[in-house]
Amino acid sequence: MLVNQFLLLGAVLFCVGVYGVLARRNGVLVLMSIELILNAVNINLLALGSLQGPQAAVVGQVFALFVITIAAAEVGVGLAIVLLIYRNRHSVDLDEVDLMKG
Amino acid sequence: MEPVFSAPTVDFHAFGPEIVLVVVLGVLLLVDLVFEERARWASSTIAGIGLLAALVPVLTLAIDGGDRTLFGGAYVVDNFALVLKGLFLVAGYVTVLISTDYIGDGDYYEGEYYFMLLSSLLGMTVMASARDLLSIFVALELLSIPAYLLAGWRKRDLRGNEASLKYYLLGVFASAVMLYGMSLVFGVAGSTLLSDVGAAVSRGPRSAPVITVGIVFIVVGFAFKVSAVPFHTWAPDTYEGAPTPITAFLSVASKAAGFVALVQLVFIGFLGRDDVWAPMFWVLAAVTMTVGNLIALRQTNVVRLLAYSSVAQAGFILAPFAVAADIPAARGGVGSATGAVVTYLLIYSAMNLGAFAVVMAVARKTRSGEIASYGGLFQYAPGLTVLMTIFLFALAGIPPLAGWYAKFVVFKSLLDAGTAAAIALAVVGVVNSVIGLFYYASVAREMWMSPVPDGQEVTPVRVPAALGASLALCAAATLAIGVVPNLVARLGNLALFGALP
Repeated sequence: MLVNQFLLLGAVLFCVGVYGVLARRNGVLVLMSIELILNAVNINLLALGSLQGPQAAVVGQVFALFVITIAAAEVGVGLAIVLLIYRNRHSVDLDEVDLMKG
Repeated sequence: MEPVFSAPTVDFHAFGPEIVLVVVLGVLLLVDLVFEERARWASSTIAGIGLLAALVPVLTLAIDGGDRTLFGGAYVVDNFALVLKGLFLVAGYVTVLISTDYIGDGDYYEGEYYFMLLSSLLGMTVMASARDLLSIFVALELLSIPAYLLAGWRKRDLRGNEASLKYYLLGVFASAVMLYGMSLVFGVAGSTLLSDVGAAVSRGPRSAPVITVGIVFIVVGFAFKVSAVPFHTWAPDTYEGAPTPITAFLSVASKAAGFVALVQLVFIGFLGRDDVWAPMFWVLAAVTMTVGNLIALRQTNVVRLLAYSSVAQAGFILAPFAVAADIPAARGGVGSATGAVVTYLLIYSAMNLGAFAVVMAVARKTRSGEIASYGGLFQYAPGLTVLMTIFLFALAGIPPLAGWYAKFVVFKSLLDAGTAAAIALAVVGVVNSVIGLFYYASVAREMWMSPVPDGQEVTPVRVPAALGASLALCAAATLAIGVVPNLVARLGNLALFGALP
């Protein structure tokens, strides 16, 4: 089994996710892009963990479980915030959220 | 196959502060659930007393002395952890004090507010002890997720929504990037313990590129958290749109937690690869100081001014990282850089919380954050004017107010390192201290010299008891530390890691 195929998949997913965060203007799609990055992390953790032997494989899998759980909590909060914006503005277009200019 | 898992023995005394916080969190939820509207007033009292109660185990652990290592080194209670737990709990207590009237007067949910605040503080106390990639990640999310919600606490306010959304998106993106870096570092080390990572990162040239990418991603992830330029864009908008007590909390406690994580990761995990992180921190520190200060110069809103000022202050805190590896062992080595960062954080917390407390006291009357509305403040609120002047000049670093000592320890660590790069960074820092004085003094001039704006009532400002207590606490700390810097110097020197490799 070649570990570099998994790492390549992880890197591609990461890049797609970063592109989505930077280019997408729809709040929900940005959340989905962030999920892609987190899944790239999970693939990396599992692949690199198994590369380092059985002990590290378990650690990597546990790490991935934590990432999955916390990502779910994060997205729950994120959807709540996007929903709040939709209620007040009737749109989830992030370009329109510009009352303040950083 | 023999079992790989054996239950760890748990030292419950070492978990004292966290256990108290968890119990208080449960009580807060139950009281809010059972008594509903009748116990609205009780939430802030329970939260405040709970935070003070959580300080008790911190003190008993400090008196007990000795380092406690749990879970095979993933969770360590040493002097560094105790000093920072104390800082987080006291900063949290002051935040509860300044929140009490703000949240009580507005039409906000109270029980949930303090529940979120304490959850975030729980994450910070865990962060101070986390010496493992996984526990740093969990602590970071535990302190961030409630903060995203707190930033948008004014649900019907469009600015509040925007503050929350910007903070959330950039925060989550940053932690995703950081996680990708962590996965790479874990992949090389084969372990999540920072001490194992420390041994693995300097093992040889074969895995060096992967480690380099991992370190860069992790540092960038935390640069968002501490709002270092160019990753600061969320900070001013979030600070302006969030409720002011939460702005104070984010700019002090949340930022300190980011620095704590950086100290642990860089000085334990990545110590052997200063060729990667030292130049990064040099650039981050120089750019953060300069850009933060220059943009602060042209702000007209006092909260945004304090936001950019806190960006600039973060630049000063980043400076010791840039030179840590060059400080000779005779002058304390990496430990003295850690001490400089911790000392700066302690002093910065007192000054900045105080400045925000004055802003809130004034806004109760003027309903405005514009600097112009501070005109002639001395005529009708002399006490607040004097306090604000103290905090502003402390932030600018003028003796005998606390800020000078914070700047002093940073410059001392830069000069101790003595390399050309360190001296250049010190010069940038000196120039920036002068620029900083301009905008801090411009607010002071507005208060003392300018006339009262038209239509502004000049009846005296009434300051509620809790807000007054927080002002007194911050002012006393700012003055006392400035005159007797040994008070924090001892804490800063104590705040070393128990078992540096």
